[in-house]
Amino acid sequence: MSASSAFNDEKGGSSSVGEPEYGHDPASGGIFSSDYKRHDDLKEMLDSNKDSLKLEAMKRIVAMIARGKNASDLFPAVVKNVACKNIEVKKLVYVYLVRYAEEQQDLALLSISTFQRGLKDPNQLIRASALRVLSSIRVTIIVPIMMLAIKEAASDMSPYVRKTAAHAIPKLYSLDPEQKDQLIEVIEKLLADKTTLVAGSVVMAFEEVCPERIDLIHKNYRKLCNLLIDVEEWGQVVIINMLTRYARTQFLNPNMNESLLEEGSGGDRTFYGSDEDEDEDEEEKEKKAETPAMAKRKPYVMDPDHRLLLRNTKPLLQSRNAAVVMAVAQLYFHLAPKAEVGVIAKALVRLLRSHSEVQYVVLQNVATMTIKRRGMFEPYLKSFYIRSTDPTQIKVLKLEVLTNLANETNISTILREFQTYIKSMDKDFVAATIQAIGRCATNIGEVRDTCLNGLVQLLSNRDELVVAESVVVIKKLLQMQPEKHSDIIKHMAKLTDNIQVPMARASILWLIGEYCEHVPKIAPDVLRKMAKSFTNEEDIVKLQIINLAAKLYLTNSKQTKLLTQYVLNLAKYDQNYDIRDRARFIRQLIVPTEKSGALSKYAKKLFLALKPAPVLESPFKDRDHFQLGSLSHLLNAKAGGYQELPDWPEAAPDPSVRNVEVKDSVPEWTKCSSREKRKEKKVEKPFYSDSEGESGPTESADSESDSASGSESGSGSEESASRSESEESEDGSESEEEEEEEEEEKEKKKKKKELKKPVQESESEQSSEEEERKHQRKTKQRKSDSESESDEDEESESESSQSESEESESEAEVKKKKKAAESKPPSKPVKKESKKEKKEMSLLDLDDFEPAPSPQVTPVNTFLSNSLVTDLEGLSLSDTVLSPATIAPSSALKNYELLHRITGEGLSVEYCFSRQPFSPDANMVAVQMQFTNNATADTKNLHIEDVKLQSGMRVKEFSEIELLPAGETATAVMGIDFCDSTQAANFQLCTHTRKFFVSIQPPVGELMRPVFLTENEFKKEQEKLLHNLGQLMGMNEITEKLTLDMKCRNEHTIVQRVTTAANLSRVPCGSDKECRFAGRTVSSSSLVLVTVATKEEGAAQLTVNCEKMVIGTMLVKDILLALTQ
Amino acid sequence: MIHSLFLVNASGDIFLEKHWKSVVSRSVCDYFFEAQERATEPENVPPVIPTPHHYLISVLRHRIYFVAVIQSEVPPLFVIEFLHRVVDTFQDYFGVCTEAAIKDNVVVVYELLEEMLDNGFPLATESNILKELIKPPTILRTMVNTITGSTNVGEQLPTGQLSVVPWRRTGVKYTNNEAYFDVVEEIDAIIDKSGSTITAEIQGVIDACVKLTGMPDLTLSFMNPRLLDDVSFHPCVRFKRWEAERILSFIPPDGNFRLLSYHVSSQNLVAIPVYVKHNITFREGSSQGRFDLTLGPKQTMGKAVESVLVSSQLPRGVLNANLNPSQGTYTFDPVTKMLSWDVGKINPQKLPSLKGTMSLQAGASKPDENPSINIQFKIQQMAISGCTQAGQTL
Repeated sequence: MSASSAFNDEKGGSSSVGEPEYGHDPASGGIFSSDYKRHDDLKEMLDSNKDSLKLEAMKRIVAMIARGKNASDLFPAVVKNVACKNIEVKKLVYVYLVRYAEEQQDLALLSISTFQRGLKDPNQLIRASALRVLSSIRVTIIVPIMMLAIKEAASDMSPYVRKTAAHAIPKLYSLDPEQKDQLIEVIEKLLADKTTLVAGSVVMAFEEVCPERIDLIHKNYRKLCNLLIDVEEWGQVVIINMLTRYARTQFLNPNMNESLLEEGSGGDRTFYGSDEDEDEDEEEKEKKAETPAMAKRKPYVMDPDHRLLLRNTKPLLQSRNAAVVMAVAQLYFHLAPKAEVGVIAKALVRLLRSHSEVQYVVLQNVATMTIKRRGMFEPYLKSFYIRSTDPTQIKVLKLEVLTNLANETNISTILREFQTYIKSMDKDFVAATIQAIGRCATNIGEVRDTCLNGLVQLLSNRDELVVAESVVVIKKLLQMQPEKHSDIIKHMAKLTDNIQVPMARASILWLIGEYCEHVPKIAPDVLRKMAKSFTNEEDIVKLQIINLAAKLYLTNSKQTKLLTQYVLNLAKYDQNYDIRDRARFIRQLIVPTEKSGALSKYAKKLFLALKPAPVLESPFKDRDHFQLGSLSHLLNAKAGGYQELPDWPEAAPDPSVRNVEVKDSVPEWTKCSSREKRKEKKVEKPFYSDSEGESGPTESADSESDSASGSESGSGSEESASRSESEESEDGSESEEEEEEEEEEKEKKKKKKELKKPVQESESEQSSEEEERKHQRKTKQRKSDSESESDEDEESESESSQSESEESESEAEVKKKKKAAESKPPSKPVKKESKKEKKEMSLLDLDDFEPAPSPQVTPVNTFLSNSLVTDLEGLSLSDTVLSPATIAPSSALKNYELLHRITGEGLSVEYCFSRQPFSPDANMVAVQMQFTNNATADTKNLHIEDVKLQSGMRVKEFSEIELLPAGETATAVMGIDFCDSTQAANFQLCTHTRKFFVSIQPPVGELMRPVFLTENEFKKEQEKLLHNLGQLMGMNEITEKLTLDMKCRNEHTIVQRVTTAANLSRVPCGSDKECRFAGRTVSSSSLVLVTVATKEEGAAQLTVNCEKMVIGTMLVKDILLALTQ
Repeated sequence: MIHSLFLVNASGDIFLEKHWKSVVSRSVCDYFFEAQERATEPENVPPVIPTPHHYLISVLRHRIYFVAVIQSEVPPLFVIEFLHRVVDTFQDYFGVCTEAAIKDNVVVVYELLEEMLDNGFPLATESNILKELIKPPTILRTMVNTITGSTNVGEQLPTGQLSVVPWRRTGVKYTNNEAYFDVVEEIDAIIDKSGSTITAEIQGVIDACVKLTGMPDLTLSFMNPRLLDDVSFHPCVRFKRWEAERILSFIPPDGNFRLLSYHVSSQNLVAIPVYVKHNITFREGSSQGRFDLTLGPKQTMGKAVESVLVSSQLPRGVLNANLNPSQGTYTFDPVTKMLSWDVGKINPQKLPSLKGTMSLQAGASKPDENPSINIQFKIQQMAISGCTQAGQTL
């Protein structure tokens, strides 16, 4: 680089003539003198041609700037060096230039050309730094130049330069707001940028220039969400804050439904997370009340984009940057469904261990949150206990939080803590504690008396501040139930002799006045004493003395008439006009004269009206209408540039605005994996036929229902069936290139099938096995149909290879069935074929995994469609997918709910572990899903998206269900490789309108498949597991003693229960006291051996041997449960 | 965003100012000084002070106030976190962050601040990038610079900002490749006067010093990752991997950095490794009080308890203390009433104790506060949480 070469030159130069330069350092010692000569020296140095001298001079100048000394008269001399080759000199000149350019605009222009040259430099870093300095010079004349430079840089190749351009935008905007429109264009362009480097900076520019242009975000929303985790931390904060605002305008309130429920139960306040004030509260309530029917009919479903935001921000709670954590916390607080907000508590509590300034801000926010969502922080109560080393402001905030968290259950512990706090040496803190006790007492009725007693005890404290504070708090408490506590009032009356704190004296006087009926004897005496000292009292006390006098006059005029007049006379000549006014007013009101108006009749009512008890409220109440974590929230006042957090919209704006055009719309995940997906599809193919066939076999086995159900299941089911079929054939056509792979796959499969053989001998499995075979056979049949018409040899080849593998399983039986099936070709669907053909074609297009039909694929489709017609013939059997009979075989298996029909908006999904080997991949567990459409409208395009798995796990999706008409049911089978863990597989179940987050978690028993062993083999394996595996002895065996359930004492039930709990096969056994079972885990094929040895009176011993300790332990638990209940 | 920064020392002088946008007069700090006066303790100055036109956000570190001036809405934590990062960077560069160090290196400080913020928005805060831009001053380099006239500014422009791993500089070479990990754990406990633990929690950090050539990818696994209840990571750690396998996988920055900090919740009972026997009494009427304190180790697994420091804020009425430590030294500050006792190492055979009398203000009544006692100590080579590292791989 040029700089380094210049630097080298310089080094050579200075070493040769180094001596004299440093010998008479011209500016040494002169930095801080006000002598003007010094500047001459500096100028001289700057004018010299030695870089080292220049550098020395610049360093001194910068030091001056740093101290706030004026160095502006050096401007011409410094600017000359802007083109200096030495990089440090250059940098310091920049520093100087940026500082003083505003004051010396004309001279600053001299430097511009240098930067313009820099903007064209081939090195991106030089371009960036030139732009940075250029945009930092606040000289209005160069606005057009800056504009041009920014525009150019915004389309620079280097993301770093683009980032700098984004930084320059707010600078230019603050210099000349007129440029806003042009700048917005640049922002729009940069927002579309896909690099993480730019994202943070451009959103920052967006926030400063045009935060109201929320429409610019739509197209970039998903991208921003996805990039978020990789953006640098400062950018994350800005983006999260912006997205919070965005989400508030675009999505529906996730707590909408709960709010309706709560409204019913009367708790109307808590859930209005977004309410600005009471009025709106009311309004909204009315609105809600008007539309409950509607809302109930249409249950809330979170927009997938809303979910995306929540999901992508969650990991950032783990950030080391407190600002990021806070940003995510406020996002969750403002946007997340109530049930999910809890996750932020832990992270926020963690921040409490950070610097005290961080604690201060976090506690402020926690205080606000605790008012709305108390439950969230309750588990962390102890984290808010006060440490003696905390600064007072932190202590007070913690007290606030503790008070907010107090409820009936924890109040006793909290009060005990408070008792310790009162003994603290920090008096401000003690005062705050007393206030806090008062608030606890008002909020929680049960402890009111305890608190009051405690506070009364504090009245005898030696510290006056403590006493005073207690008096003030007691006054407030007494107002709630004065009649019970006249003795406390008496006690307090005595205190007037000692307490000097004006606020406390005033409080006591007010109390005595207010409740003078309860202390009829003492009150006049107090007034007497007060009248004596009236002139020496503080204003606030004087006012209360007047009040007391007035009230006593009204109730007990006999004793106090003179006193009152005396006090009023004193007040008449007081220095304070407030007091004079009050005295005059009261005199008119209470002392009856001829002139006195109508009011005096009501004097008693006026003075002794029942006053409502004050509500002791948290100062943090209602603060949450400010966005949490913001400066405005902290100050509880709107800061400049604060963007209001909008209310949730009544109805969600169109979510499609966030869809990006087809071209880019292949979201990243599709893009990157589309290739893989295709491949996967290949492998999935047989699996697809599975899903269809599922119903077929039952049907053929149960031929009576066949025709009936076939005719019943209308066009819808047929469509779905034929659609997936057509997809299959399409796959077949695609398979050309990948055939080899496929064949490999097949071979593997074959091997696995062989492995499985013994499994199939287990009784429990047999029926389902049969089914499997049957429908596979049928697939084959279908295929062979299509073969006859289609010219695709590849497909037929692959098919035949598949069928081979199947045949190897149990040829005889299958063949028999096959014949049976072939012998009854369907008649019905053929009629509809011609009509449907077109429709199917269009569906076919959509069917592809890629969002848009790619040109290469389409012709194939049309081509295939010819054969499709005939395919349908073979297919027709599977039209009965929906026949109720299908469910029968799985009914013995336990069904789990995947999606409830309420949350699924009418779509309900159940799944069960069918315990059939999953043919496409033997390492996978087959999960049979049953979709029921309970809604009135049809559901389309049921498919899986966005599968989120623990590493190692894999999922084979079921083929998309094109159409599920209202009231219909469909089944599909998907495979999941759980990697022998009970971790849930999470994914989105998508319909054409909605996405639902669902997860499948397998019971441990479903993670295995049965194997057949003889008794001897069993014993051998058990032995092996125990001793040969190296590791630790005994680790592979888990033994539990148990008492069998009453109903479960015979062998048969034991076998039944164990096999229900776990997918194991029974090992024949000589002894009737022992039942043995064997299986292998699906993924890793580790052996699982179970022994149940029964003894007298239902006692039994359960032994599980398994290499996988975790699996073993869990299995023991499950079987125990099955046997004992 | 951040408009200006003022550095204020303990005596209330502004000794450095830096502006990123147009200049803000230093008179804005008057509001800060007002707040400072109002606060009784230096740490009680509110971090955020509103003034008519600006907002002042300050942090106090090493007895220097870093006062940032901002003009419009910005998350306060954003500014606070940034200021702390600035202090950390100074510490990293100069070893200490004192007024003297900053004054001595004012040019480097200025250059750093210039790089860290652009128009008030953080630009480069990773120490790896900054060190590429501006070389930290060392004695050797200062000498060389004086002789040769070379500079502290990096000759090469930084490339780190452009890379996919912005926290690591490129082209690192070492002849000895080494990586050290320090696990530092702190227990924070409140114990009431009868000795029962009210709350205790463990806060741990893993500090790493990695000197490896090239772009190493490290993994670190724990024996019992479940202990780590709540973790926060350096941005280099791959979060997904941790979620799935509880393994730390990362490309480390070069040099020293904090890999992660974790929190072990108070739910798991924490054994406090020391105990205190105390007997502090004041008698009514007499101007004498008795003070008796004994420390002892508890469940330290044979490890020595070191650098024990006991401090206690005695009640205001105490005039002086006349104590006799069995080991170490003690000081009593009659103005702040702070008693501190530097014990050193605890010898389990001979427990350290501090006994003696306190003289109280004559005639004053018995103080009713209970003095609280703070104890700090160190135990080498022991992790309270029982967290152990299982292995690391390159």
